[in-house]
Amino acid sequence: MPGREFKSLTASFGGERVVGPLSLTINDGEHVALVGKSGAGKSTLIKLMYERVGHEASLIPQELGLVNALPVFHNVFMGQLHQHSAWYNTWTLIRPFQKDRSAISALLEELGMPEKQWTPAASLSGGQRQRVAIARAFYRESPTLLADEPISALDGLLAHHVMDLLTRHFTTSVIALHDVDVALKYCDRIVGIQDGRIALDAPANELELSDITALY
Amino acid sequence: MFSYPTVKVSFIFLAVAVAGLLVADIAITTANPWRDLGQFFLGVATPNFFSTEGLATALLRTVAFAFVGVALGSFFGFLLALVYRRLPVRIFCAFIRAIHELFWALIFLQFFGFHPLTGVLAIAIPYAGIFAKVYSEILDEADPEPGRLLPPGTGSIAAFLYARVPDCWLQLRTYTAYRLECGLRSSAILGFVGLPTLGFYLESSFSMGLYSDAGAMLILFYVLIATMPLWVRPKLLPIYIIAAPFFLGEGLPIVWGNVERFFTEDIVPAPLRNGEGVTGLMPWLGDVMVTEALPGIWNTVVLTQISLVATGILSLLAFPLISRHFGGPVRRTSGHVFLVIARSTPEYILAYILLQLWGPSMLPAVVALALHNGGIIGHLIGRQSNTIHLRPDAPEGFTRYSWELVPRLYRPFLAFLFYRWEIIMRETAILGILGIYTLGFYIDSAIQNIRFDRAMLLILITAALNIGVDALGRYIRRRLALQTMPTC
Repeated sequence: MPGREFKSLTASFGGERVVGPLSLTINDGEHVALVGKSGAGKSTLIKLMYERVGHEASLIPQELGLVNALPVFHNVFMGQLHQHSAWYNTWTLIRPFQKDRSAISALLEELGMPEKQWTPAASLSGGQRQRVAIARAFYRESPTLLADEPISALDGLLAHHVMDLLTRHFTTSVIALHDVDVALKYCDRIVGIQDGRIALDAPANELELSDITALY
Repeated sequence: MFSYPTVKVSFIFLAVAVAGLLVADIAITTANPWRDLGQFFLGVATPNFFSTEGLATALLRTVAFAFVGVALGSFFGFLLALVYRRLPVRIFCAFIRAIHELFWALIFLQFFGFHPLTGVLAIAIPYAGIFAKVYSEILDEADPEPGRLLPPGTGSIAAFLYARVPDCWLQLRTYTAYRLECGLRSSAILGFVGLPTLGFYLESSFSMGLYSDAGAMLILFYVLIATMPLWVRPKLLPIYIIAAPFFLGEGLPIVWGNVERFFTEDIVPAPLRNGEGVTGLMPWLGDVMVTEALPGIWNTVVLTQISLVATGILSLLAFPLISRHFGGPVRRTSGHVFLVIARSTPEYILAYILLQLWGPSMLPAVVALALHNGGIIGHLIGRQSNTIHLRPDAPEGFTRYSWELVPRLYRPFLAFLFYRWEIIMRETAILGILGIYTLGFYIDSAIQNIRFDRAMLLILITAALNIGVDALGRYIRRRLALQTMPTC
């Protein structure tokens, strides 16, 4: 999605409008943070954008969408199921190929959990699960990232490390964040959402913390 | 109390059952029923494991038929589950599972004869229908989120294998293992129509009054089912499945001429076969309906309703046997043994034994159905009662039973009971083969008299009746908002 215009996005739940109508243009190479109160419509907006781009982006939803019964390796490998034949994928389920093993183990190394490659997702902690979903998004190798609170379960140092990785791995990204400091530090542009509409849209370097806290 | 819909429905069913009792044929007709029963228990207490070498073979055949039948049923059931959304597939599956294993066996016997294929298909076909339904329900329960996240262009096979199956693999496995246990019971009773499994040897020992031989068979059967967790291991399963077809026995060769004749002549309604055309068909249909179908349906429904209520009463009486809210470990252990025996004995075998001892009437059938099904439901709600935590000063004894536990367990209890309604009806129909005047009796007599056209029509009527009760049971469960997991 190199430079993409989203026009008149709307969503309703049970007859009540939760998002929009709003329009948003994401330029190529931009890292956009979505900020705002919980319930403002950030998650819905991320999902709408994912639908609008025809799923052609790496998505990290809040609920992560891991397959609990599968080990970490296979959860990450699911990011590239479309690259291989049915036979290749089926065989990988039984016995993964060496080159995929090393690629995924390198990703897990970056995220600080190399020893968990064969652990079932069900027995991971919250922070580990979140990093598996991030590894899957990396492995997908799409230039664009759509992420909904991808670091909510990670603590201080690790959160910063992962944010750094996210903005370097993807050329373009839209990330919903509740941590305003992190948003200002890693993103170029801040979009504030209030009651399903855009209440703020400015480059990060022109904003002060107080400009954003007004949204909450 | 009557303002609760569950209570109202219960009393309506109770009233129907009491009315059924007034018209039903309930009697003990043998001269010395208690002496016979005593001799039978003496036989079970003094089992003779070494009288015939046939016993080991019968056990082996029982296991082999169960494995081949359930494996095929599970394979084709899984394939059907993938397309279960389509209405024709649903109807087809509802139809094949509405016909009991024994009826399938009776049909295949007419043209395959005593070939192993008869027994294998008799299990595989109805099981495929049940597997299709339950597998598709389990697959639908899988978390849809991982599937939504897959990159566009992911093949449907890969999507299914990664995003659907792993999430419900454990449930699929548990259910299949559970059906294998049901398969062992089905396989055992196929012996009653002449296949070389346990039922065959049980019937011959009984008819010769060899109660110790019969007792040995029953005990071995319980041991076989109780030890399943020990010998049914995931690693060993492929070996069992590959080996099982070689232990089905030789049987008799298939005469293909019989197969052709069965489909082109035997099952064609007599008036059409004799060239009387459609004008002759109506009197023929009328005759079958009045002399066989209607009396059969009436008796089947009456017996089903009495047995359903008897099952319910027995389950409510039996669940405290294994509930940790009552009594000590000794009582609970013996309670467990009683319920395991009650639910592991196929109702057909129970009914057969009781019928030998008490003579032909509906009574042995009611007791058999209530013991078997009450054993299953009693076990399930007893286990559920163990998850209930009562306040420390909760009352004891009967007050605890009636005020604390039954009100909490009544809804799951009703859910299981209505789930088993259709199963009880299927079994009731089949018990007719033993000489009770339900639909099975008329089907069996039609086959004995080589009137397969009538037999097929009656089997279709039986299937329709089962499908109807299944739909009614589901309707009532939905109306009362009752949920349950499948049992067999």
